[in-house]
Amino acid sequence: MSQLMLTYSLLVAQVLLGLAIGCGALRIFLGPRVQDRVLGFDTLSVNAMLLLLTVGIRTGEALYFEAALAMALFGFVGTAALAKFLLRGEVIE
Amino acid sequence: MTRLLPFPIISFCLLALWLLLNQAITFGHILLGCLVALVGGRILTILELPPVRVRRAGIILRLLRMVVMDIVRSNLAVGRIVLGFGRRQRRSGFVEIPLDMRDPYGLASLAYIITSTPGTLWVNFDAQRGALTIHVLDLVDEEEWIRTIKDRYERHLLEIFE
Amino acid sequence: MNGIQHLPPWAAVLTAVFLLTGAAVTLIGSLGLLRLGTFYERVHAPTLGTTLGTVFIAAASMVYFSVLQTRPVLHEILIIVLGIVTTPIALTVLVGAAHFRDTAERAQLGKPAGRVQPHARVPGDAPTGKAG
Repeated sequence: MSQLMLTYSLLVAQVLLGLAIGCGALRIFLGPRVQDRVLGFDTLSVNAMLLLLTVGIRTGEALYFEAALAMALFGFVGTAALAKFLLRGEVIE
Repeated sequence: MTRLLPFPIISFCLLALWLLLNQAITFGHILLGCLVALVGGRILTILELPPVRVRRAGIILRLLRMVVMDIVRSNLAVGRIVLGFGRRQRRSGFVEIPLDMRDPYGLASLAYIITSTPGTLWVNFDAQRGALTIHVLDLVDEEEWIRTIKDRYERHLLEIFE
Repeated sequence: MNGIQHLPPWAAVLTAVFLLTGAAVTLIGSLGLLRLGTFYERVHAPTLGTTLGTVFIAAASMVYFSVLQTRPVLHEILIIVLGIVTTPIALTVLVGAAHFRDTAERAQLGKPAGRVQPHARVPGDAPTGKAG
């Protein structure tokens, strides 16, 4: 019974996280300015990292943890690099 | 201490990271982790960071507890705003706060605390005037925010770092 | 291999509650990304997901694997620490960049640069995304 509940709540949690990723993607597409897109990317990467963790729970494999760790690291490095790029005066439209 | 372990806290964190990643506390892994910690700490000296002077370490725990409670509370507040449960017209805006702190580590900690709390955002620090600009999502009273930042966080950080 | 069948009920319930809470908090934060009006308001929202959302989902994973493998599995702490430490730093850098661009743009438009005026808007920063 409770095992069935866990299966369903895993599904619900994955759907919610998928919607959260959708919000981030929509913000990347909508803009309107470059910093909004970078913010959307940052949110998207964090949400994708959390989704990977739930996939790890679903399959019971610890491998997804490493993928989530790498995702978190790349998200941070990517956002910091993009923000640093925005700091240069040349990209002001 | 200074020659072998220039950054004891970071070296300890590196050792903990190594042991957690390998999920094993065996003699060999502890030895390897110590090697990573020592080399990692030595590599950081290349950056020539200013020395850390942590004075009242006991206050760190109290500050940490306060920050965690603030994060949980403002999580609820921001969640309510996003879902549209606000009963009145919300106003967001910038607040300028005069700071007494000059220690780079203290300022970095303050920036981290302010940004990690949903609802407040570190925008800019003018080092010449010592004026910090933050952005507040739900701005009711500017004076209250200035008091909050200065009394709750800056006072403790000043005690820790200066 | 799926190990959900071998889980005792209390662990299953605890994992489910942590998972749902974390996912809901994260979704609320990301929803704020769409619903709030200006860039500076939007930056507040994702910290919701990165603080409480990460903590809850990593805790769910920790409970699940610890009970399943009957030994403490603690390496999710790394995810929590990494998420909580890095995101505010990235956001601070991003907001600093956005502030710099706004100031530069305002200077280009011929208005006096310097102090940030509350509610001063640059042309591209009009409220958008109210649809949510």
